[in-house]
Amino acid sequence: MTQHLKMTAHNVNVFYGKKQAINDVSIDIDQDLVTAFIGPSGCGKSTFLRTLNRMNDTVASAKVTGDIRLDGEDIYAAEMDVVQLRARVGMVFQKPNPFPKSIFENVAYGPRIHGLASSKGQLSGIVEQSLKRAGLWEEVKDRLQDSGTALSGGQQQRLCIARAIAVDPEVILMDEPCSALDPIATAKIEELIHELKGRYAIVIVTHNMQQAARVSQRTAFFHLGTLIEYGATSDIFTNPREERTRDYITGRYG
Amino acid sequence: MSSTPPDMGSPEKTPTDWRGDAMQRRIRRRYRSERRFKLIGLAAVMMSAGFLVFLLATMLSNGIGGFSRTEIKLPIDFPKAGLTLDASRLAGPGADMALAGAGIQGATDGAAIAAFGKDGDQLISDGAWLTVRSAVKADPALLRGRATIAVPASDAIDIAAKGEGSNEDKAQVAKLKAAGVLTTGFNLSFLQGADSTDPTMVGIWGALKGSIFTMIVTLVLAFPVGVFAALYLEEYAPRNRWTDLIEVSINNLAAVPSIIFGLLGLAVFLNTFHLPRSAAIVGGLTLALMTMPVIVIAGRNAIKGVPPSIRDAALGIGASPVQVVFHHVLPLALPGILTGTIIGMARALGETAPLLMIGMRAFIASPPERLSDPATVLPVQIFLWSDQVNRGFVEKTSAAIIVLLVFLLAMNGVAIYLRNKFETRW
Repeated sequence: MTQHLKMTAHNVNVFYGKKQAINDVSIDIDQDLVTAFIGPSGCGKSTFLRTLNRMNDTVASAKVTGDIRLDGEDIYAAEMDVVQLRARVGMVFQKPNPFPKSIFENVAYGPRIHGLASSKGQLSGIVEQSLKRAGLWEEVKDRLQDSGTALSGGQQQRLCIARAIAVDPEVILMDEPCSALDPIATAKIEELIHELKGRYAIVIVTHNMQQAARVSQRTAFFHLGTLIEYGATSDIFTNPREERTRDYITGRYG
Repeated sequence: MSSTPPDMGSPEKTPTDWRGDAMQRRIRRRYRSERRFKLIGLAAVMMSAGFLVFLLATMLSNGIGGFSRTEIKLPIDFPKAGLTLDASRLAGPGADMALAGAGIQGATDGAAIAAFGKDGDQLISDGAWLTVRSAVKADPALLRGRATIAVPASDAIDIAAKGEGSNEDKAQVAKLKAAGVLTTGFNLSFLQGADSTDPTMVGIWGALKGSIFTMIVTLVLAFPVGVFAALYLEEYAPRNRWTDLIEVSINNLAAVPSIIFGLLGLAVFLNTFHLPRSAAIVGGLTLALMTMPVIVIAGRNAIKGVPPSIRDAALGIGASPVQVVFHHVLPLALPGILTGTIIGMARALGETAPLLMIGMRAFIASPPERLSDPATVLPVQIFLWSDQVNRGFVEKTSAAIIVLLVFLLAMNGVAIYLRNKFETRW
């Protein structure tokens, strides 16, 4: 199996003050696959996800140790520019959070602050392409000036994905992107993840094990801040090595 | 009832009687309390509205007279008035000099005596000659013949014409009316002039301009400092003992009685920095100290109200902290910040006590030209006029209050317009 590792994490520990939230986790993220993080609430999967684009930096008490690399570059190195890192490793949040601006402005904001478009035409091109990739173009192309907050929940979440895509990231982190959506909107997002696979390395945190099974090729099971098991999704779901994984998957706890 | 299982240890529970008397009474009591609450609330609103209407009505009925004045048509025979004036000098820049030495005051009084008898000069205002002077300056051709100029009537005549004052004055007014020389005109000089010892000559423009200057200084200092302080404390400052201390200090500062700020201004700006006494800039600085904490507190609350998900969203696509603040947080917090600013500025506009401490209660007879010129402000002017014994100042005081209220409404109107403009609907 040839694989291209996009991100690698070795011996990562995360502390919130004195409390240890992540305990010695090592994971490799593959460029061409979708990686799912599953586990019960409070197991640290979201915390770990947020170390991958240094969103934990905004929490004053959080401290991260260990080695996390993006294409071999240490993302916690002093010379790493965290603002650029977050453009390269985009993020989609649990609750759709479009800016209270127009649909166009929502998508155009990223390219604008990073200077990705040199002309107005180019900017609208990026917006159109991003909305198309996020599967939202057909629904909003006639009302790009409407407020992004006026869309339905599922559309808002796809708008957030378009916004993340617009800055041309290499990795997209999704933190329970469907937990606030109805089943139809969820299905659309999952379909979208399939289409985005290969173009971007995708990491998705989910509570929904069926979702992990449907969208991902690799699955990591977290419990109480430690990584219990990590492997091909088919193995984890059909033939887990660890008893705790089996218990969780079969619904004993979680 | 007998069907209740006997093994329950508790006393037998009768089924709830939803239609029983006790229940009906309870429902009636609930409705009564709702009605009572609604009535009390309505009464409170009506009472405050009533007070407001009473205040406005009193001010309007008292003050509206301040905007009109009684004028007397005074015939002046300029060639015979004995003016020592060279008409050719009136054209150039020396006009004011030429007029100053011309003896217009004597000529005006003389004309009044000639027209209305021995006490004729008592009928016209002490400042009537100023009206004559400006008329001559505007049209030097008047000097060549007889002219009739409407000059302000004296204080006593003005009051009598408006239905008050002594019977003698009223008789005079009746006589003048019969002669057809009494008119009522819009008191433009009230809106253009400054303080004076003669109530017929006072104007509000001096104090209004002083208030405008002071408010500009206050806004320019307090708004940016307040907003940046709020942004720093909310977005950047680490939470520790020092920031807690700063927070407590700011909250206390907002509650300090305003006269203390006057003493602070006196000690710091006048005695230490030797800034000019009773100047708009010192007033503005002092009021800015008072307004800033209000803006900081309102600003922090508004910034706290911006959902964290918006910050996450912006950070998540690689916006720098400064971009997050200025592109997202500040625009969303602006309506709340503006509300705080309105409250702070309205309070500053109505403030008298601290300005008395820095000398803004001086008698200022000309509107300020610069921020460092001696000035007074509307509330202080109102305070000074309300202290005057002269009957003519009563309506001027009310008129000044109307001007103050109009200024306040205009200021709030602008702020509310801006707030609605920035308000985002979620």
